[in-house]
Amino acid sequence: MILDSIALSRQQLDGDKMIVNMGPSHPTTHGTLRIVLELEGETITKSTPEMGYLHRGVEKLGESLSYQQFIPLTDRLNYCSSIMNNVGYTTAVEKLLGIEIPKRAQQIRVLMSELARLADHAVCVGVNAVDIGAFTAFLYIWKQRETVYDLFEMATGQRLHTSFTRIGGLFRDLPEGFVPALEQFLPECEAAINELEKLLTHNPIWYDRTKGIGAISAEDAVNWGYTGPCLRAAGVPQDLRKAQPYLGYETYEFDVPVGTTGDVYDRYLVRVEEMRQSLRIIRQVLDRLEPGPVCVDDPKITLPSKEKVYTRMESLIHHFKLVMHGMEMPVGEVYSATEAANGELGFYLVSDGGKNPYRIRVRPPCLPIFSSFHDQVKGFMIADAVAVLGAMNVIAGELDR
Amino acid sequence: MIIEHIDTQLPGTVTDRHAFRGDQTIVVAKDSFLPLVDLLYREGFQLLVDITAVDWPEREQRFDVVYHWLNLASQERLRVKVPVADGEAMLSLTGRFKTADWFEREVFDMFGVRFEGHPNLKRLLTWDDFPGHPLRKDFPLDGGDAFCMEGCTAPYNNGERG
Amino acid sequence: MSEMNFNDAVMTTRLDAVVNWGRKNSLWPMPFGVACCAIEFMSMMASKYDLSRFGAEAMRFSPRQSDMMLVLGTITNKMAPVLRTIYAQMAEPKWVISVGVCASSGGMYRTYSTLQGIDRVIPVDVYVPGCPPRPESMIYGVMKLQEKIEKESLSMRKDHIERFYESLDRQEALQAAKGLTGQQAIREMMFDAADRGVGTIF
Repeated sequence: MILDSIALSRQQLDGDKMIVNMGPSHPTTHGTLRIVLELEGETITKSTPEMGYLHRGVEKLGESLSYQQFIPLTDRLNYCSSIMNNVGYTTAVEKLLGIEIPKRAQQIRVLMSELARLADHAVCVGVNAVDIGAFTAFLYIWKQRETVYDLFEMATGQRLHTSFTRIGGLFRDLPEGFVPALEQFLPECEAAINELEKLLTHNPIWYDRTKGIGAISAEDAVNWGYTGPCLRAAGVPQDLRKAQPYLGYETYEFDVPVGTTGDVYDRYLVRVEEMRQSLRIIRQVLDRLEPGPVCVDDPKITLPSKEKVYTRMESLIHHFKLVMHGMEMPVGEVYSATEAANGELGFYLVSDGGKNPYRIRVRPPCLPIFSSFHDQVKGFMIADAVAVLGAMNVIAGELDR
Repeated sequence: MIIEHIDTQLPGTVTDRHAFRGDQTIVVAKDSFLPLVDLLYREGFQLLVDITAVDWPEREQRFDVVYHWLNLASQERLRVKVPVADGEAMLSLTGRFKTADWFEREVFDMFGVRFEGHPNLKRLLTWDDFPGHPLRKDFPLDGGDAFCMEGCTAPYNNGERG
Repeated sequence: MSEMNFNDAVMTTRLDAVVNWGRKNSLWPMPFGVACCAIEFMSMMASKYDLSRFGAEAMRFSPRQSDMMLVLGTITNKMAPVLRTIYAQMAEPKWVISVGVCASSGGMYRTYSTLQGIDRVIPVDVYVPGCPPRPESMIYGVMKLQEKIEKESLSMRKDHIERFYESLDRQEALQAAKGLTGQQAIREMMFDAADRGVGTIF
């Protein structure tokens, strides 16, 4: 009798769905976003993601800053791997100017980018693990990120927001102790990644929580505008470092991991393997790092060195012009994309010849990925929503700008 | 390459073209836009990378809605610009490209360009009753905020350009 | 603490002192993490810098279970009503540390969408500058808060919290009366405050 009445009442309540609001202040540490879930029991029937809670007006602010002054703003886009944003932006401005930076500057940019990629994937995998419940993995991999912070601080002076690149090259050359410290770091990091894999990859709980969750086909992924590890996990071997090489990436040997189903497990595997490939690239850069200038030798683009500014008249005037009046830019527009940790980070610059850009557009790699969230979690349970969100690596700074 | 193909298949579509620093750009009118998109899709330009807009307030057709496409097979990129006037609605690509959804919402939010056929054209980055469209050139940087520096809209060079 | 030792078995002290001692050494943080400062917060909670030495290990993401709200990152105008709601949901005694320059004053984002400092909308106890502040700076901020708590008195009225709740009521009334979103209501209240020459809306 009682069972019948329960069954009956469930039928009667069939039209009632529960609405759960996740965010914008929420425990998962993926930045501030909001998802409104409609649940039937534990199953998600509909979800509406909402963003914009970290919209700081960077694109508008860029229109009133000079090209050099925009560099610190790019740091704060994908704040887990700041250097890659710096590299992406300065590559775009260098494309607009039509200049090529010296060999050593290119090599160091590659080196720092791969370190940043490693750090970003460490955060993504670590935080994904924490959200699902595996706290130890996070602590193990976070220690490596702390060492990367030490390296960044040594080279650039800042742990997180490095602002390391300048238009025409780099802020400064690598200091003395950097290369030995990096060489010590590489085997430690390799060991840490192996430990991480031991904890997670063949762990039956991890496998159950992530296999088959949030799978997406290759055609769908392309239609949704995916780029980066999520696209590669879905089976499309698109990596700008191989497909449209920049900064000399065509001279380095590395593999691009490609998944099959695009689910959370595949995304995790792609990221871990990319961490290993980053270490491989760093070793190659260290082998062939050659001495040389780190900035283009053009006083209209690069600030002259302090000794020259204090002793020579033309250098003083060049310094003054660069700082007060900005650079002389050609009229035109460029779109330049680099392979950031999350995917294709694009900068679309429109210049009308003035000191400030007429329009700066940042193409965020995680915006199309996050916009597909409702497709990814439909029919799954509420706990899976957290796993999928973690694997997408939504960084609000980049998403909302 | 693709622009010659467009000229052969859809003659007269391209009203202006230029190549700068290796980027190829074409300007098309709104009426010839959808057949062009179908052609591009058939030719392999299936990854719609970005939709954005640029405001040229002195022009009659004030906004340039800018699309970037990538051909995954040939790694060729194309930029398509469609001029629209203030108050004119642009055509939505959400039927063909699912990624267009949020990009178009952002253009609507930032510039005020409406997209016909968009299933849910709401603001994306600002809140629902935000007054104005921020990336328009006549919108001040501080948005008329009560606590910004008095009268100063561009904090670093006092609003002067160039 | 003023005390007299009775053979080390009993200690006499003031109620204020012992309550404050308890409170300052068990501050449960509520990380209101929105941006880059949250990443440095994660570093602070990890083993190298370790905030749990200060009794703050129990990181509760729920306002109802925490004492200290750490606002980590840029608070935009869209986020402001959410911040106020979360602050209102915290039980007293409660304190706020504004971590980073974006939360303290708007940072480098002097734009239409960024709140120029969270102290416009909620009461703040300690400001930690930096972009992002190093974990040591954030720990110093917590220590400063501990010093502040030590000096509090149980009979001290927390005027600013009272005024905050009043301003929340006014905000809700304004929303109901004019059909505005939370963000527009706060914007109107800010214009009103600026007209009166006051820097905050509470």
